[in-house]
Amino acid sequence: MRQVAIYGKGGIGKSTTTQNLTAGLGEMGKKIMIVGCDPKADSTRLILGGLAQKTVLDTLREEGDDIDLDAVLKVGFAGIKGVESGGPEPGVGCAGRGIITSINLLERLGAYEADLDYVFYDVLGDVVCGGFAMPIREGKAQEIYIVCSGEMMALYAANNISKGISKYATTGGVRLGGLICNSRKVDGEAELVQAVAKKIGTQMIHFVPRDNAVQKAEINKKTVIDYSPSEPQAEEYRVLAKKIDENDMFVIPKPMQIEQLEEILMEHGILD
Amino acid sequence: MADSRDKLLDKYEAKLYKNRKDHILSLEEEGGTPKIAANTRAVPGVMTARGCCYAGCKGVVVGPLKDVCVITHGPIGCGFYSWGTRRNKARPDEDGKNFVSYCFSTDMQESDIVFGGEKKLEKAIDEAVALFHPKCVMICSTCPIGLIGDDVQAVAKRAEKKHGIKAIGFSCEGYKGVSQSAGHHIANNGLMKDVIGTGDRAPKTKFSVNILGEFNIGGDGWEQERILKRCGIEVVSVLTGDGSYEDLKSAHLASLNIVMCHRSINYIAEMIEEKYGTDWLKVNFIGVQSTCESLREIGKYFGDPDLIARIEEVIADETAAIEDDMEYFRSKLAGRTAAIFSGGSRSHHYQSLLRDLGMETVIAGYEFAHRDDYEGREVIPFIKEDADNKNIETITVTKDPERYHKRQPSSDIETETYGGMMKTMNKGSIIVDDYNHFETDELARRVKPDVFFSGIKDKHSIQKAGVVSKQMHSYDYAGPYAGFKGAVNFGYDLVKSLYTNAWSLVKPPWKNEPMLVGELGTGGESNA
Repeated sequence: MRQVAIYGKGGIGKSTTTQNLTAGLGEMGKKIMIVGCDPKADSTRLILGGLAQKTVLDTLREEGDDIDLDAVLKVGFAGIKGVESGGPEPGVGCAGRGIITSINLLERLGAYEADLDYVFYDVLGDVVCGGFAMPIREGKAQEIYIVCSGEMMALYAANNISKGISKYATTGGVRLGGLICNSRKVDGEAELVQAVAKKIGTQMIHFVPRDNAVQKAEINKKTVIDYSPSEPQAEEYRVLAKKIDENDMFVIPKPMQIEQLEEILMEHGILD
Repeated sequence: MADSRDKLLDKYEAKLYKNRKDHILSLEEEGGTPKIAANTRAVPGVMTARGCCYAGCKGVVVGPLKDVCVITHGPIGCGFYSWGTRRNKARPDEDGKNFVSYCFSTDMQESDIVFGGEKKLEKAIDEAVALFHPKCVMICSTCPIGLIGDDVQAVAKRAEKKHGIKAIGFSCEGYKGVSQSAGHHIANNGLMKDVIGTGDRAPKTKFSVNILGEFNIGGDGWEQERILKRCGIEVVSVLTGDGSYEDLKSAHLASLNIVMCHRSINYIAEMIEEKYGTDWLKVNFIGVQSTCESLREIGKYFGDPDLIARIEEVIADETAAIEDDMEYFRSKLAGRTAAIFSGGSRSHHYQSLLRDLGMETVIAGYEFAHRDDYEGREVIPFIKEDADNKNIETITVTKDPERYHKRQPSSDIETETYGGMMKTMNKGSIIVDDYNHFETDELARRVKPDVFFSGIKDKHSIQKAGVVSKQMHSYDYAGPYAGFKGAVNFGYDLVKSLYTNAWSLVKPPWKNEPMLVGELGTGGESNA
């Protein structure tokens, strides 16, 4: 079972990319579970065709020991299973603690079946506190992909997340598998992301072009592969899925100093 | 004694030595005030005897208010272990309300941490109000509350509206500051902002006081009130032992503040002076001599001949009544030495009482005092603020134009001042700030004081090492020790302890027989 965590700057398209690429893996016949680690609980919406299930933390709220995995784990497109950690409303409680609690609870509930090929953790935004690093602790996700674009803040975040990974990589076995460029149509985007990836010591595993097909499929609560399988964008996600399935480049990232990062951005003309 | 200090510090590795050497002094001259390091972070690894910010706010300052439901917002342990342990006694007033013996907590669980605890807190307040009908509810935050950001002040505000009572939220999470001292300050601020000055019950007599920093451990405050009443001095409110929200509201109308525990309450004393003009006088009702002096100072402040005469009458009468007892105790105790490790003021206060009994204090230390408690308030302008102090909420009060009233004391008496502990101590005495377990054990062993006053945990190791130890934080099961009658109780208890030092008669088995038995590997032949 490969456990994969997807990180990246808020709003960069982590959930969209995760679900579209897992749809590709699903098509290949892989058995997959997606664990949404975001209090908004929208990491499995496209796979399950809408917000369907109770969150893991909802079960914690309810008293009584009759916690049923079926209530939180739903099966969607291509047999992909989806669970959502859930969490507090914005501005209250502790979302980080929620993720830790939820993953522990999922393990206790037996969600991690032996015949799964992949578990994907879709983690919100930056690694802001210990809770959001839970999926990459010892014994959890072994490989990480960072979704980014050629925009400056997205690359800042990618570099910052690399710092978090390198911290855990020295004690546990977590490795960085690559950057996924989710294009924002920035000039020279692919080259820039490639350059940053090289500096960090990893690869740009795929360049996902910007395409309105994604938006259309999302409105219909579906992945592109599910909604419009013959669109070129569906093919892009299939390629990404294949690349991830065949990936053998797993590294301990070497995050850059801010000055270094800014230099690269300058070289590629982003600061003009 | 300087030797004991050096030998003690010798045991520390370089970095620790560098830190601790400024916290431990051996007084080289009498009445001197060498600089001491205080109110700084304890070094990781030393078994510091300190408590936390929550302990200072809930456990010390607001917990004793009898007509207030004090709710500990957090997991249950903080509430349970701060329940009843200070022995701050209270009797209900006419309204019959006394919640001191209760323990209120929101008992937060994991899901409350994840989803936020405000709803549970609101429900807890609803329940407390429905069951006990308090006029005031206070919320004390424990560590996780600050981490998850529950807005206890907002909850308090909503509760005020909903129930028509006073509700105050304290952000006194345990990790704030370097010790419980931060909690005292936070509690002081809250009481000043939301309680003091909201009442209008005028004192009935000319000579009215608030007793500040008296927590009525074992009934100490009652003995002080008894004496003051006999002298014709009205006690408007006590902060906070056997104190009440109801009394505290009108505390600003008293003519004078008398301060017992300087460390925990000087903030309020200062703020009342600034806002309302009320002077404060540092007193000490622990010890016969110091009780007499304190009473005379109060008499002098008011300058009323009748009052002064009455005070003298009371002193004559009270001291005559205890003279025989005190003389007897003195005959049993004179010449003995003592060590005192306490929180913030007792280590100073009890030296007077011990002097009454002919004893000398050779070691004294505070858990969480600041430099002014050691060296006197004159050093306050020179205390360097660090990030830890600056992290604690401070409030500024300004003169209340309508209610400010500065009284002119009738004689040249020094108010708003405190000389600290060290000036009253003998040459060669050892002073320890933020004492720890190792230092306690080592000093007991090296200096061998006849009695070592300390806290609830360290007491047992001292006692079992054969040195008499009495618990000075909550007096074991005894008290009151304040005032005239308290002095007798203290003398009685001390004689009892010193003359039945059972642990010194016990030899542990490892002193007489080997605890390890080995065998030589010579093929079956065994040797013990």
